[in-house]
Amino acid sequence: MNSMNTPNASGPLEDEIAQWRAYLSRRQAVQSVDVAELEDHLREQISSLTGAGLAADEAFLVAVKRMGALDGLSREFAREHSDRLWKQLVLAPTDSGADAATQRDGIAALGFAIGAGVAVKVPVLFGMDLDTHESVYIRNLSFFVLPLLTAYFAWKRQVGTATIRALVAAFAVAAIAINVLPFTPAGTTEVLSALHLPIALWLVVGVSYASVRWKEVDGRMDFIRFSGELFIYYVLIALGGGVLTGFMASIFLSVGIRVDTFFQQWLIPCCAAGAVIVASWLVEAKKSVVENMAPVLARLFTPMFALVLIAFLVTLLVTGRPIEIKREILIMFDGLLAVVLGMLLYSMSARDANAEPTGYDALQVILVVAALAADAVALWAMATRIGELGSTPNRLAGLGMNIVLLVNLAWSAVLYIKFMRGRGEFAALERWQTSYLPVYAAWAAVVAIVFPFVFGFV
Amino acid sequence: MEISKDLTAASSTPIVLSILNDGDSYGYAILKRVRELSGGEIEWTDGMLYPVLHRLERLGHIKARWGESETGRQRKYYRITASGRAHLDEERRQWKVVNTTMRGIWGSIQVAFTRTPPARPLLLLAPQGI
Repeated sequence: MNSMNTPNASGPLEDEIAQWRAYLSRRQAVQSVDVAELEDHLREQISSLTGAGLAADEAFLVAVKRMGALDGLSREFAREHSDRLWKQLVLAPTDSGADAATQRDGIAALGFAIGAGVAVKVPVLFGMDLDTHESVYIRNLSFFVLPLLTAYFAWKRQVGTATIRALVAAFAVAAIAINVLPFTPAGTTEVLSALHLPIALWLVVGVSYASVRWKEVDGRMDFIRFSGELFIYYVLIALGGGVLTGFMASIFLSVGIRVDTFFQQWLIPCCAAGAVIVASWLVEAKKSVVENMAPVLARLFTPMFALVLIAFLVTLLVTGRPIEIKREILIMFDGLLAVVLGMLLYSMSARDANAEPTGYDALQVILVVAALAADAVALWAMATRIGELGSTPNRLAGLGMNIVLLVNLAWSAVLYIKFMRGRGEFAALERWQTSYLPVYAAWAAVVAIVFPFVFGFV
Repeated sequence: MEISKDLTAASSTPIVLSILNDGDSYGYAILKRVRELSGGEIEWTDGMLYPVLHRLERLGHIKARWGESETGRQRKYYRITASGRAHLDEERRQWKVVNTTMRGIWGSIQVAFTRTPPARPLLLLAPQGI
């Protein structure tokens, strides 16, 4: 801004105006153009007052006073511009430099998404249809989307050649291994491998996502945040897609055309693959514009999950009923631990590491401890009967994942309690979580690749 | 004089439109003009003018453009539109009706007052607080 027009405008006055401007800019309903307009007013008022004989600092005080209380002012602005209180995901920012970059990014994402959609149909070129060669699709579930997603981030972050080589090698090894192994078609180990390979390869996506920051706590934390938001966006897109396909099927049916085959063979698989990349791009584009959803959901459900778990533990104690030992129960407990871990992670990801412990932190600890107790009861029941049950691949995979999650949560609880008692730092908890990421991938890789050998590809 | 919030809200639109009807202007100058025309009696909180201007702009009664002040600073100027003039005419008609009615009522009351108690009529006319 030009300060030549007010001869009395000295350094302190400019500082004060800058401070006032910054204070005003923080109001959500007041945008930068309004700040410019109001600043012009303020300056005119100041120069008129100094012209009347006031000192610069007095003139500033009077001018600010006449402008009115900022709370009332921003309330008036909010009433006129209520839309501004809703942050909008603007995909084309007004800044021309950022504009070109966003546009290029969007086009690239669309290209990769189409690539993922096409990848789903690649096996058809070799005469392998989804109906006739289900096994091929199950095994290669990970390779329709994840390589393209990894490539997208590698392109976006301009990952170095050494890293690219490692990424390609990881995918190549996984792809060869899963396709060469002599699985029994649709057998247990094949399904287990297909389910665990994406978990292992998600880490490869993370390396590409965080690129040079992969070794840092912050880089990995960003990847955790990204994963949570991606999941939420993907679910939302899937819901929208469901509505669209539902209407599409109905309107075509009204003229007597059935589109079921087109849906099952083309639309749904191709779009489901492409949507992962579109959702990833959306998460990246909106991350600074819209509040992250995962921490909000975590905050919302932490008390409820804690309550439910405590009620369950009390019920166990009071009634003394034993936990039924079934594979489904084990998987359910795995899921429970994963959800609790997710709530812990996403609450952490939104927390200021330097903030003092609050009541919500205590609630987190209660949730984790309650989940650990419930899981320990289940594991105890299982351990006592593991001999007579025998170890199937499914049971072992479920048990392994349970232990992986249990160890994470147990040590998290220790670190959290230390932090609550002022004997440790919150950063230690973050470091523990981010360092633990490779463990999930390692266990998943063991299940995907080693289990088939151990159990004879059943 | 402190003018009530409701009255300020109701009168700000015709006042702003009337001033802009005389020629393009900007926020500070509009406020200055209001102060002058009211003999310093109407004192709006400066900042509150801008939401009013933005509302009129949204309604299409005025149009904003960024220009430069005489000292080269960025300044937002406002101009009245055809729809703004039409709205101003409508407002003027309404205010005239209100004005006439009030004059009629207060005129007759004052007459009634001055007639019935013939003693100490000056007290009624004297400013309050004396």
